[in-house]
Formats: sequence, C-alpha cells, structure tokens
Amino acid sequence: MYNFVLQADDLDSLIQAIRAQGYEVLGPVVQDQAITYGPVACASDLPRGWTDEQDRGHYRLKRRTDGAYFGYAAGPHSWKQFLQLPTRPVWKAQRTDHGIRMTEIVDEAPAVAFLGVRSCELHAIAIQDRIFIDDHYRNDSYLNRRANILTVAVNCTAPAETCFCTSMQTGPRVTLESDLALTEVIDGQEHYFLIGSDSYRGGQILNSLPVKPATARQLQLAEAAVDRAAKEMESGSRQFDSGDLKELLYRNLDSPAWDEVAERCLSCANCTMVCPTCFCSTVEDSTDLSGETAERRERWDSCFTRDFSYISGGPVRADTRSRYRQWMTHKLASWFDQFDSSGCVGCGRCISWCPVGIDLTEQVARIRELEEPS
Amino acid sequence: MTPRPFRVDRRTEEYPGAFTLHLTAIEQPAPAFSPGQFNMLYAFGAGEVAISMSGRPQQLEGTTVHTIRTRGLVTAALARLQEGEQLGVRGPFGNGWPLPEAKGRELLLIAGGLGLAPLRPVIYHLLHQPRPRAIPNFRLFYGARRPGEMLYGTELQAWSHEMPVITTVDHGDSAWSGEVGVITTPLKRADFDAHNAVAFLCGPEAMMRFSIQMLLERGMPASAIYISMERNMKCGTGLCGHCQWGPNFVCKNGPVFCFADVQNWLGIHAL
Repeated sequence: MYNFVLQADDLDSLIQAIRAQGYEVLGPVVQDQAITYGPVACASDLPRGWTDEQDRGHYRLKRRTDGAYFGYAAGPHSWKQFLQLPTRPVWKAQRTDHGIRMTEIVDEAPAVAFLGVRSCELHAIAIQDRIFIDDHYRNDSYLNRRANILTVAVNCTAPAETCFCTSMQTGPRVTLESDLALTEVIDGQEHYFLIGSDSYRGGQILNSLPVKPATARQLQLAEAAVDRAAKEMESGSRQFDSGDLKELLYRNLDSPAWDEVAERCLSCANCTMVCPTCFCSTVEDSTDLSGETAERRERWDSCFTRDFSYISGGPVRADTRSRYRQWMTHKLASWFDQFDSSGCVGCGRCISWCPVGIDLTEQVARIRELEEPS
Repeated sequence: MTPRPFRVDRRTEEYPGAFTLHLTAIEQPAPAFSPGQFNMLYAFGAGEVAISMSGRPQQLEGTTVHTIRTRGLVTAALARLQEGEQLGVRGPFGNGWPLPEAKGRELLLIAGGLGLAPLRPVIYHLLHQPRPRAIPNFRLFYGARRPGEMLYGTELQAWSHEMPVITTVDHGDSAWSGEVGVITTPLKRADFDAHNAVAFLCGPEAMMRFSIQMLLERGMPASAIYISMERNMKCGTGLCGHCQWGPNFVCKNGPVFCFADVQNWLGIHAL
C-alpha cells in the first residue's frame, strides 16, 4: 500500500491537508519532558530530532543525531484519552415540583485526526472497540468519538528497550486498517516518508499531497527499517512466547510470584493509567449547594484502588497481591475469555511508568520459573 | 443509560436496617424482569446501588419491589425516602434464575439472610404455576442470623402452608422454637433425590460454598446448582470493570451462574 513518497520537507502539507478536511490534528508533542499527544498545528510542532530512553521505571528524552520526526516509542499518553475520556459528565438530575428528572448529557464528538499511531496503538484501539462498541452494551460517547477519528499510522522504526510488541504479535509493522500510513526513511541526505492510504478519506488527502511514486529502492529501505525494529525487539530480553499465557496464569493463581511482586508494588495505579487498553471506570455523583441539581460523572478507575472491589462488608481485593494478580491475569488471561484477544499489546508503558520498575514480562517469566513441573 | 423516575408507593420495614420499597414508574410501566435480575437504584445526588427485584415477576401496573439493607451512603439515602418521594431506576440487568432447568424436577431454594430477596420472585412463580405444575416439587431452606432478621415474616408463615419451609438461625432467642445452627444441617438430612433436583442458592459466599459442598456430597451434579453472586456493580452493563470475577462480569454474565461454570473461581480468595 505504500506506493508514494512524501519528502520530509513536505510533511507539513499532510498536516495542512488533514486540517483542510475539517479535522483537528492530534499528534506527538514534547511536553513535560516527555513525548505526549496534543494539538499539532504544523510539522514544526512535532518532536523532530527527539527520541526516548526507556527502561524499568525510567523514561528520559534524548536528542537524536538525525532529524527524524517519529524516532521514538510510546510515551506516557495513549490515544485512549481522546476516545474514552478521562472524565466526562453522564447525566444531570434535577428536583422538580413533582419529583426528580434525569437527563442524559450527550457528548459532542469532534472530528479529530490521530497523527503517528503505531501498530501497537491501532491494536489497542481495536481492543477497546471490542469492549465499547462490539459488546452487548455500548458506550455511546466512545462510539461517537471513534466514528469521527481519522488515523494516520506510522510504522515503528525506533522501539524502546521496554517494547515487546513482537511477543504480542501487534507490531512493529502496521497491519490493521488506518486511513493513511507512513514509514519514515532517512538514507544519508535523503529524508522522506513512504505513504499509502487504506480508505476513501485517506485517498482524498493523499491525492492532494506533493507525492511521487516510490522507487523499488525506497520501498526496500522502508521495509528494512521496520524489519530492523522487529529484529531489535526479537533479540531483546523481553521477547517471549505468549502462546500459552492464559493457561499459564489460570494455572498459577496461587503462585508465590504474586507474593513477591506485592512486596514491591505500591498499588499506585500508574500502570493502568498509562495502559492503552485498560478501560475500567467509576462514577461520581454530586449535588450543587442547594441540593436541587445533581450530576453524575464518569472517570477512569483502576483495579489497584481499594474502593474498586468494594462490596458491603469491605473490598474483595483487600491486599496488593490480589490487585496485581487481578490486573495481570485480566490483561493476559481472562481478557481472552471476555473479548477474544489479549488485553496487552506489548507497548511497554506499564514497565517504564512503574515507579518501582516492575516489569510485566519479568513477572511472566517468574511465574513460569516458579511453576512446579507437573 | 439514564435512570427513569419511580415513586415510592409503599415502604415497609423488614427489621431495623432492612426495608422494602414498592416503586411505581412515573412515565411508563416498569419493564418486565426475570426472577434473579437486578436494577440500579439511584438516590438523588448520592449515587446508585444494584438491588435485585424481590416482587412478583408479573408486576402489577408497572411496579417494582426491592428489599434493601442499609450499609453505605447510597442505601442510607434510599432508607430516608418517604412514601411519595422519587428515585431513579435503571434496568433490568443480568441473567436470572433458569426456571426451565427445574422442569419436572424438585427445586431446592437455599437462601441466607438478605439472599431470600432475589429468590422471592421464584417462590411467587412456583406458587402461581398453572396446574399441572411444571415444577411440582419445591422447598425453601432459609437461614438468618437471628429470628428478628428474617425477611418477609408473614409471608414465610403463609408459604409454609403451601410448601416445605425449613428455617434456621445462627442465634436463637427465647421465642425461637425452630432450629439453631447453619442451613447445611437441615440440608444434610432433608429427604430429596439429589440426582433429580436443581438448587438455587443466594446468600453470603461462605454459606453458598458450604451448601454446595453438602449438595455435592449428597450426589447433586455441579450442573444442577445455581448461585447468585454479589460484586461491586457501577454500570450494570459490563463496561466499568468493577464486578469482574475471574473471566466473568457478574453484572452481565451473572448475577446467577451455574456452579459447573464457575467452580474454578468460587473457592479462590480475593479473586
């Protein structure tokens, strides 16, 4: 599909073409010493020449030696924040002369373009689609926002140390549908993007760009860049066989590994906040001072909080051991039963943003190691 | 999903701290429900709580009945509602009791404490079956903490003339002439054909686990045992994640589960 070449100097024409179609462009920007997602008005807003250094509980921005626009891996943000809003009003309630009245608050979905969506993130969005759209009940706010998104995917050529998408079969090559997809190539003095489209909307934008048909060499170099990223991860320490994760975890609900990790885990919920698929939410009800008007808001929640499992008498999961077990077993095992896929896309965010450096891939290995041969 | 306004038509005290609300829909009739399903009840400004239906399955003129124990902020706000005042209702949610499974067999209802509430619609159904009855034999085992903490006292009396009702209490008092102890004791000696019976259980998890153990010892297959589970429910629609129990969302896959499907999870602490 990557049949055309867009020179890096012309990247701004892509952003302006998308904006001209009425979309607000959201993409990677440097903010608070991290690469986050925010409004992108022009190509110079992008983190050109920046990369990241990631490890357990570690994230640092670094300068690249080249001027790559997309030379970094996933940061603390995910696209989830624009689809499943971190907080939103759900309904308003009012006392009337005769009783009470509840009114739904309809969420207006803006037309938004996601620029720079990695393969792992397309998978994460597809996972949330299965939860919020394809299941028996729907989240209308999510559905409306999702319907108004234009995606510009970017093949990953700069995985971080913490990445393991090759283990989860979610990258680095873009395989799921997107409106447009890019591969960034820097070849000596040459700096360009292979670009292609998957949709009518994407095709219309592509047609308005100053692109040229790709040469065989350009296609080859783009392929090689993605292959290199895959090889880098495959030969790294976080490569593992994820084929039996569900069975492994279901067999080991009493593993001593849970006690070990509970010694370190702070139950802080960071991993669930940075995770692009974690979907749990809670609601908060409030009234104004007069008590005449009330509101219900939904906000992100985490299975690491004490209140999360609260029922009459106390929380079901009172300790960190049971909460970490719930999170990891949900991600890697029960998700298959619930939504026919893993809940983990191997983006590594939970590893980098864990304040005590707990590494999901190491936990999997530890459970396997402690499993008594049966 | 937004709650619809309902009016409190009648409020009855079951015992101190437990009460029953008879509600009528303001705008349109309450939707029909299956015994074992639940509604989300919204106390204005305080929040929602999941409460099972405890009234007749064929509701009269759009009414719905809920028995509630005051335990937290929302149930306390519901407890303060006076007759004539309004609250919000969303539902019905979840899967109820599989009554067709009991066809032609004996149905054992085993309830603990407030767990009788979700089984009361089943009892209404059983007693009002057209004859010949599809479920000819049924009986109720009901355990409560104290004689004063038994739900539906007058009705229990009335039912006992139409079906076997076996009650126990953990702690008796001077007026209690019945059995003292756990419900598994009468369950153990009860005369029923475990191979041709179905059991519906609702109560504290420990009570359900011990009762299941007894039923299995008596020879009842795991596939004939059904339990109603309680977990934290916020949305009722399987979207908020709170009620997860192993691979199940209790709100949409339950609250009634076949024991055969969940036996791997029931015994695991803090799952």
